Amino acid sequence: MNDKDLDDFITAGAALLGIPIVPEWKPAVRMHLAVSLTHAAAFVDFPLPDDAEPAPVFRP
Amino acid sequence: MTPASAIAADVAAGHTRAEDVIAAALHRIEAFNPRLNAFTAVTAARAKARVAAIDADIAAARPVGPLAGVPFAVKNLIDVAGLPTLAGARINRDHPPATHDATLVARLEHAGAVLVGALNMGEYAYDFTGENTHDGASRNPHDTTRMSGGSSGGSGSAVGGGMVPLALGSDTNGSIRVPSSFCGVFGLKPTYGRLSRAGSFPFVASLDHLGPFARTVQDLAIAYDAMQGADPLDPACAERPAEQVCPTLPEGIASLRIVRAGGYFRAGAAPEVLSALDTVAAALGASREIEIPEAARARAAAYVITASEGAALHLQRLRARAADFDPDVRDRLIAGALLPASVMVQAQKFRRWFRDAMRHMFRDVDAILAPATPCVAPLIGQKTFVLDGKEMPLRPNIGVYTQPISFIGLPVAAVPVMTDCGLPTAVQIIAAPWREDVALRIAQVLESAGIARAPEPPREF
Repeated sequence: MNDKDLDDFITAGAALLGIPIVPEWKPAVRMHLAVSLTHAAAFVDFPLPDDAEPAPVFRP
Repeated sequence: MTPASAIAADVAAGHTRAEDVIAAALHRIEAFNPRLNAFTAVTAARAKARVAAIDADIAAARPVGPLAGVPFAVKNLIDVAGLPTLAGARINRDHPPATHDATLVARLEHAGAVLVGALNMGEYAYDFTGENTHDGASRNPHDTTRMSGGSSGGSGSAVGGGMVPLALGSDTNGSIRVPSSFCGVFGLKPTYGRLSRAGSFPFVASLDHLGPFARTVQDLAIAYDAMQGADPLDPACAERPAEQVCPTLPEGIASLRIVRAGGYFRAGAAPEVLSALDTVAAALGASREIEIPEAARARAAAYVITASEGAALHLQRLRARAADFDPDVRDRLIAGALLPASVMVQAQKFRRWFRDAMRHMFRDVDAILAPATPCVAPLIGQKTFVLDGKEMPLRPNIGVYTQPISFIGLPVAAVPVMTDCGLPTAVQIIAAPWREDVALRIAQVLESAGIARAPEPPREF
């Protein structure tokens, strides 16, 4: 995603979540989002079986 | 400064009055805190009432606890009855005062310790620097132009600066181990679920831990033992009986298989950090190096869980009062709120995979040595540093070595070692789940050998 795509995503996402975002905040938000998405890309394709259980297990 | 164990022994034996110990601590805080900015509140009236009760118990020959008369302070995300729990945030200043002490505060006081104040921290604990836009930075006692580390910066500064021998902090991704490293004190991040978090302001429920800071291993162990035990008020607190480590400290390390973490855990570390690690490894005879599998992915997944859960915690505040956050924290939280849920779930699945891989590794080893931080304390205000030959943003990357470990809740003792550059750094002693005793026994051997120590601060401040 380029900067404009990310900015559009931030604008839409923040509106969806009701976060009033000021234009001056956007470059930093974009930078942090890009870092987190890069981190996510490091593990989302790591092969795990379909029945891999997430770490937190709720016990009623 | 006098260790907590010696203070408690003197008070219990009637050689020193708790009142005098606390008066001296309050005097030190008054003298040193203006330069270190570690305390955000001093609970002098409460402390004076408490020591009167302790001294009365001793005069009447009633039993007192193992921390009798020991002054301690807590990161200001830990509830102290009568104070608003700030969590380093301006927004929380509008909260009503806490009505009860956090479980760990109550347990330390039950053991005779005396609360003297609340400590500065990075806003909402999303920080590795010790800087705070509302309260100002807590400062490094070994060089006040440098960072204390975060987010429990006030805790590192208060203990490293010799104002109190004992403090509590929290660690989600490294927030006990980083200030231990920068400020040169011993820190314990226990196993996830070992110590109750009840009555503390959360950050990332999946990863939050509380733990102690001290200037000796024995003090760390006494405090840790006093705080152990199940607590129905914290759903993540394990239903395990207390497993006291103090009696095990003298057992030594003859039977332990201690190794160094290579690869990811050496890449990018400054020469003085690697030198400290190698000194520790040599002293322990830890010549074998192992590769922790998928450490970079573990760190990445911890990063994403933190961003996502932290943002969810603060979503209402971001909607209503975004401008009242520390801008650095706010922008990271907004970004976290926008992360797709699918990556968060995948991160939690990977977390279990990594846990299983590390459990497997601990069949063959008892403890793993790794640096706590890639560098010694940076200058306050510094925004970037060189990591593995590349200029990187400082704030999110100080925890590069701590984050994969807390990700799966392994217990870690951070032990301080003085470097040639005149600043301390810490080595992580990482043990298998629930084996805090192993980490602390190794720490004890290093301290007894003079390798690990909390350096006395210069008194130029």
